[in-house]
Amino acid sequence: MSKVRVLVGTRKGAFVLSSDASRKQWKVDGPNFEGWEIYHMKGSPADPNRLYASQSTGWFGQVLQRSNDGSKTWEAVGNQFAYEGTPGPHVWYDGSPHPWEFKRVWHLEPSKDDPDTVYAGVEDAALFKSTDGGTSWAELPGLRTHETAKTWAPGAGGLCLHTILIDPTNADRMFIAISSAGVFRTDDGGKTWRPANKGLRSNTMPDQDAEVGHCVHRIAMHASRPNVLFMQKHWDVMRTDDAAESWREISGNLPSDFGFVVDVHANEPDTVYVIPIKSDSHHFVPDGKLRVYRSRTGGDEWEALTKGLPQENCYVNVLRDAMAVDALDPCGVYFGTSGGQVYASADAGDSWTPIVRDLPGVLSVEVQTLK
Amino acid sequence: MIHVVLPAHLQALAGVGRVVDLELSGPVTQGSVLDALESNHPALRGTIRDMATKKRRPMLRFYACEEDLSDASPDAPLPDEVVSGKEPYLIIGAIAGG
Repeated sequence: MSKVRVLVGTRKGAFVLSSDASRKQWKVDGPNFEGWEIYHMKGSPADPNRLYASQSTGWFGQVLQRSNDGSKTWEAVGNQFAYEGTPGPHVWYDGSPHPWEFKRVWHLEPSKDDPDTVYAGVEDAALFKSTDGGTSWAELPGLRTHETAKTWAPGAGGLCLHTILIDPTNADRMFIAISSAGVFRTDDGGKTWRPANKGLRSNTMPDQDAEVGHCVHRIAMHASRPNVLFMQKHWDVMRTDDAAESWREISGNLPSDFGFVVDVHANEPDTVYVIPIKSDSHHFVPDGKLRVYRSRTGGDEWEALTKGLPQENCYVNVLRDAMAVDALDPCGVYFGTSGGQVYASADAGDSWTPIVRDLPGVLSVEVQTLK
Repeated sequence: MIHVVLPAHLQALAGVGRVVDLELSGPVTQGSVLDALESNHPALRGTIRDMATKKRRPMLRFYACEEDLSDASPDAPLPDEVVSGKEPYLIIGAIAGG
C-alpha cells in the first residue's frame, strides 16, 4: 500500500508527517535541527530515502543536511557555496550597487534520476549543483553573470533564487525564478540562460513590461506537460503554454491575485491551486478566511475551497514553498501556514483537515508518495 | 587541554556537549583552536568563521578570561589560563531577536 511522507521546514526545525494512503491518521516526527530555520527539504525522485535539507540561521550561517534513510538519521554535508570568480554588484533596495553575498539556500531540487545530483537555489541569487550527494557544490555561473544581473534587485525576502523546475523530458531544460528578477530558462543544462518574462507586467517598475525585474513568487509545472507553466507573481496569476516564451494572465475571479504558492494537481494538468493573500502590505489572507482557490480550467475560473479551513478570524500567510501535492488518486494537497498549521486534503481540495496546528511558522512543504 | 564552550545550536549540530576538549601541539591561538575544532568536528565548518576568509561570523563573539577577544588577531597567543585548561575559551551567540 502506498504511503505519503510530508516534509515540513519551519522557522525552528524540521518535521516529518507520515500516513498511509488513506491520509487520515498521521504520525508526526520532529523536530530535527531544532532552533534552526529549515528553508526547504526535498527527497530524491530516484531514491525516496535520500533527502536533502537546507538548515540555516543568521548566527551560524548555512548547513546542508543529507539523509540516506528517509530522515531517520542525518549528516551534515558540504556547505561551501562559493560564487565563481569575483562577483559584481546587484542593485540594493535604495538603488545603489550592492555586492553579491551568499546568505542561504532557499530551495533544493534533486535530479529526477540520480540521487547524488541536486541543485540549490540560493540568496543572493545563483544556482549551484552537486553531483556527489551534496558533499561539494559548484556554481553554474552563466545565470549570475547574465548581462542583466547587475540590474537585479531583491524582493522583501532578499535576492533569492527560490524555484527550480527541471523538464522531465529534457534534463538540459530548466526554469528558475528569482525575486525580483523573474523567470530564466536554460536549454543547455545551465550553461546559458535567457529571461523568460514576456507578458508579465509589474507596476513596481518604471518600465512595467521590462525584460527582467518582475517579482515572481513561484512557478509550477505538471510533469506530463512541461511546456505549460503556472505562475504566482507578486500580483497576478499567470500561465504560459509555450515553455515561457510568453505569459498571459489567468487571475480571473480570484478575490486577490497577490499570493505566494501555486501548484498543479498530480493527475489533472489543468487543475491548479493558489492561496490568495490580501496584499503585499498585509501578507495575510483576505477577510479573515483561509481559502484555497482551485481552477479546473487551467486558470481564469476559480472556486473557493473552504471546507475544514477557518472562515473567521484567520490572519495567516502561506509562503512560496509551502504547498505540495502527492501522486495518489484522488490527489492529496498540502500546505503550511505562518501560524504553524499544516493542512491536508485527501480529495483534491474538496475538504481539509489540519495534520498539526501548532508548529513554528512553516517555510516549506514537500510531499513524497512512497510505494 | 583546551576547553571550548559551544552555544547550544552548535552542540546539537556537532553532536557534542557544552564543552569540547582539544589537544593542540603547536602555538595556541584563536586560529589554531578553531582550526582544531573544525578538524575534529567538520559539521562546524562555516558556522563559526566564513569558510573562505576565516572571518568570524558577525553574530558570534569569542571570550576568555573575562576579555572579549572577538576582534583580536587570530594569530595572537591565547591567555595562559586557556592554554593550561584553567579557563575555557567561549564561543557565544549574540543576544538578538528579543
